[in-house]
Amino acid sequence: MLVHSRAGKWATWAVFLLLIVPLFAVPLLVILAASLATNWSGAFPSGPTVERYAAATSGDSLQALTTSLVTALAASVLALTLGGWAALAAASLRTRGKRLLDALFILPVAVPSVVVGLAVLVAYSQPPVLLNGTRWIVILAHTVLVTAFAYQSVAAAVRRLDPMYEQAAAGLGASPARVLWRVKLPLLLPSLTSAVGLCFALSMGELSATMMLYPPDWTPLPVQIFAATDRGSLFTGAALAVVLMASTLLVLAAVSRIRTRASYR
Amino acid sequence: MSTGTAPSGIRFDGVTVAYGGTVVLDRLDLTVGPGEVMALLGPSGSGKTTALRAVAGFVRPAAGRVFLDGRDVTQLPPHKRGIGMVVQQYALFPHLKVKDNVAFGLKAQRTPKAEIPGRVAEALELVGMAAYADRHPRELSGGQQQRVAIARALAIRPGVLLLDEPLSALDARLRSGMLAELARLHRELPDVSILYVTHDQVEALTLADRIAVMDRSRLQDCGTPEELYRRPRTEFTASFVGNANLLPVTVAGEGAVLLGDRPLRVPVEAAAPGASATLCVRPHLVGLGDGPNALTGSVTEVQWRGSTHRVHADVDGHRVMADLRELREPPAIGDPVTLHFATEDAVLLPAGAGAGDPAGVGP
Repeated sequence: MLVHSRAGKWATWAVFLLLIVPLFAVPLLVILAASLATNWSGAFPSGPTVERYAAATSGDSLQALTTSLVTALAASVLALTLGGWAALAAASLRTRGKRLLDALFILPVAVPSVVVGLAVLVAYSQPPVLLNGTRWIVILAHTVLVTAFAYQSVAAAVRRLDPMYEQAAAGLGASPARVLWRVKLPLLLPSLTSAVGLCFALSMGELSATMMLYPPDWTPLPVQIFAATDRGSLFTGAALAVVLMASTLLVLAAVSRIRTRASYR
Repeated sequence: MSTGTAPSGIRFDGVTVAYGGTVVLDRLDLTVGPGEVMALLGPSGSGKTTALRAVAGFVRPAAGRVFLDGRDVTQLPPHKRGIGMVVQQYALFPHLKVKDNVAFGLKAQRTPKAEIPGRVAEALELVGMAAYADRHPRELSGGQQQRVAIARALAIRPGVLLLDEPLSALDARLRSGMLAELARLHRELPDVSILYVTHDQVEALTLADRIAVMDRSRLQDCGTPEELYRRPRTEFTASFVGNANLLPVTVAGEGAVLLGDRPLRVPVEAAAPGASATLCVRPHLVGLGDGPNALTGSVTEVQWRGSTHRVHADVDGHRVMADLRELREPPAIGDPVTLHFATEDAVLLPAGAGAGDPAGVGP
């Protein structure tokens, strides 16, 4: 422990709270309060109501929530497959190939997501691959954006994986495919689930690239929140935001349960 | 793939391994017979583990061939070689129970499903771990994990078992227990050829039928433990297998050498008079008092080791060690002392490039 005296500990906690509360807790609490308010003209909101939640979980909003969930699920599974595959492949490449893959997969993070959105839109707006106007272009853009994170986190886990397990398995007569499915992937499971959780959360909150290319019949929740806020319905937007936050957290909690069960050491 | 416990063997034929231009194993020629226990003994960096990894298929030789059971396996990937291997860190799969770890190799080799539980039980029985089949590796102690690792390697009934420093992660007491266990295992599985890599001479002397001594990427010497101990052929072997007094001498004639100007009688070796050689005498064969081949000098160090006293003496500038049965009145440092050894206990070695001081602890 770094701070020994009792007074020192209290002081550290005070500084910590002073920094954390205004930065993180207050904005989120304000959203929560606003989502329940009918009127907010003084320091505190008034007229508590749950009406907005009824609206936020039905009709167009419910449609937007499912859209977001399906998009995020598809994008994160695709990203994990692609990014995980590339990360496993990179591990067996020589230095130069590894660097190339690393650079390739960091690109979508380095490029602003608006640019990624525009690029995807321009690339798939014409035949032969015409995805513009379909849900697939949204899923594709999200996949491109989050694969980088899947690659990074799986690659880090692969680097930490002791090669002795792989060699022990091969020595016992396991083919490379069996080594992958029965040894490497099970040992990587904790990192795979955390990668998929990260991708899911990022996709759920993605707005800027989505704005560039979403079709009217595939409107993710963040776009709805933006639209509601843009036309001045702040409280509606707040309720939608709380729904987005809660559903994301719920999915992440479920994923982390799998992760706890899958960690061995 | 070798099936069952049919007699097998390992043959290295001029095997050279290099990493990025550095030769780590230099033209190794060595044969391990069916059912033989061969220890690869050497200090770290001597190439012994590389030799074992070449048999397993984890390194590809730059030159030479590796034969298993008379079959050239140099180009075969590890999973097609049908060998059992146990490494220092056990490498048990942490996500599988003990019984599933042991079953892993059987499943990989597509053993009929009905046979697997019996074979797993048999292998666990062999190492005394049958009661732990449903545990996870993390719930076991180091010694227990090593037993499971051995069971896992033996379950596939390999003709060849590779052991890479299998005891070095265990504490001293467990190690001697496991050593006896390994000796028993080999008696129960007399057809399995074992290649045992170790830097510990006690393990090699206890277990091996023959010992291959390695140093600086090369095979230095190979023979039965007794041959290497009693009649070492090089200074390195003499100092690495057991302790040794190595004294630079000059050949004076038939059966006679000179240590400085002190004449000593040694077993006759073909060497021209005037040639320099190294005289090797084991410390426990050096006696206190006058006798044939007397060495007079002064005591420089006395170590009490319970049943023995190790006395270091300076004889004409050369250090001579004697392991003497516990003395009632041990000499004090600086005392004059006379030591002697019997002619038949001395070995004359070709003068080496200075193998340095005796290594390791006494057996």
